Amino acid sequence: MTVTPEALSLDKPRSPRRPAARRSNFELYSWVFMRISGLLLVVLVLGHLFIMNILDGGVHRINFAFVAGRWSSPFWQTWDLLMLWLAQLHGGNGLRVIIDDYARRDSTRFWLKMLLYVAMAVILVLGTLVIFTFDPDIPAS
Amino acid sequence: MTAVADTAHDTSQIPAPEGSVTVTVKILRFNPEVDDEPHWESYDVPALPTDRVLNLLFNIKNYVDGTLSFRRSCAHGICGSDAMQINGINRLACKVLVKDLLAKKGKQTTITVAPIKGLPTMKDLYVDMEPFFEAYRAVKPYLIAYGNEPTRERIQSQADRERFDDTTKCILCAACTSSCPVYWADGSYFGPAAIVNAHRFIFDSRDEGSEERLDILNDAEGVWRCRTTFNCTDACPRGIQVTKAIQEVKRALLFKRV
Repeated sequence: MTVTPEALSLDKPRSPRRPAARRSNFELYSWVFMRISGLLLVVLVLGHLFIMNILDGGVHRINFAFVAGRWSSPFWQTWDLLMLWLAQLHGGNGLRVIIDDYARRDSTRFWLKMLLYVAMAVILVLGTLVIFTFDPDIPAS
Repeated sequence: MTAVADTAHDTSQIPAPEGSVTVTVKILRFNPEVDDEPHWESYDVPALPTDRVLNLLFNIKNYVDGTLSFRRSCAHGICGSDAMQINGINRLACKVLVKDLLAKKGKQTTITVAPIKGLPTMKDLYVDMEPFFEAYRAVKPYLIAYGNEPTRERIQSQADRERFDDTTKCILCAACTSSCPVYWADGSYFGPAAIVNAHRFIFDSRDEGSEERLDILNDAEGVWRCRTTFNCTDACPRGIQVTKAIQEVKRALLFKRV
């Protein structure tokens, strides 16, 4: 941080240097979303890890047929979809905040955020597509 | 000039009263006209356990190096001028006693003194407070009341006064704001001190400007950037529960209730 020229100007020393409040509740909603999605993810992710890694022989029983079997049920489809969206938005929002904190230049901030949003969009679209269009009849080999 | 640390300073002129011990004061010095960046310099000075760190700084300034720069005004913990980083923690130099910093028996005591972080250092321990006061002014820290002025005083119950009692204690020393990691990283965040002073009026039953202030603090640089690290509460020399005040503003925004 350096002393900006306007900090030294004397003609209007008390004029506000911040842009007026935008009257948007976005930061409030994102803060609430982080708390709620965090709570849900604790259940969803720990449940997922338990089923995948510990229950019934754990990771050794996972194969194509196991995944196909799970995704034939709307319950597991919903579970995985919810986990995908919540984790992506929760992690994405967290990274957005970190970028806001630590990027020094506006251009760096903009491009890092663009990279983040593109990565989020690709993973969300791809993941959603796979969950809904998964075809168990394709050859396993 | 290259920054040379630990050049020997002649501190023999400093009076050493009976019962004093020699402590090493390590100060992060910076002279913008000579130095490219701040550097540490050590001074071995006599100190009484009852001395304040401010006394040691004054002894160094008066007897060793008159160019040592720092702010102080009342020297009794009220004006909030001499906030600095003492042994890595933001404190008022006039409120920290040497006896609380002494090393174990037989070990040499070292006291490090650095300027508060997050604000531009102008010289030695002296920082530009303007960004801090700019954030303070931005939250409208004054009574806002509409309608006709009452002919009598504005009455307030004891319970209503108690609601914001904690945040009236702020002395604007910047110890909290300059201990906040979010403020270090991004100086456009309002910082704890500005939010504390907004809290003082938001929860005042006589004030009618709560909506305006809450709108300001609801913005991208407002209370939602707080990460609840409690650095501010630890740093406050007045014992204000700063993080609690910030949480109360968040709650007021969340439930639209003051």
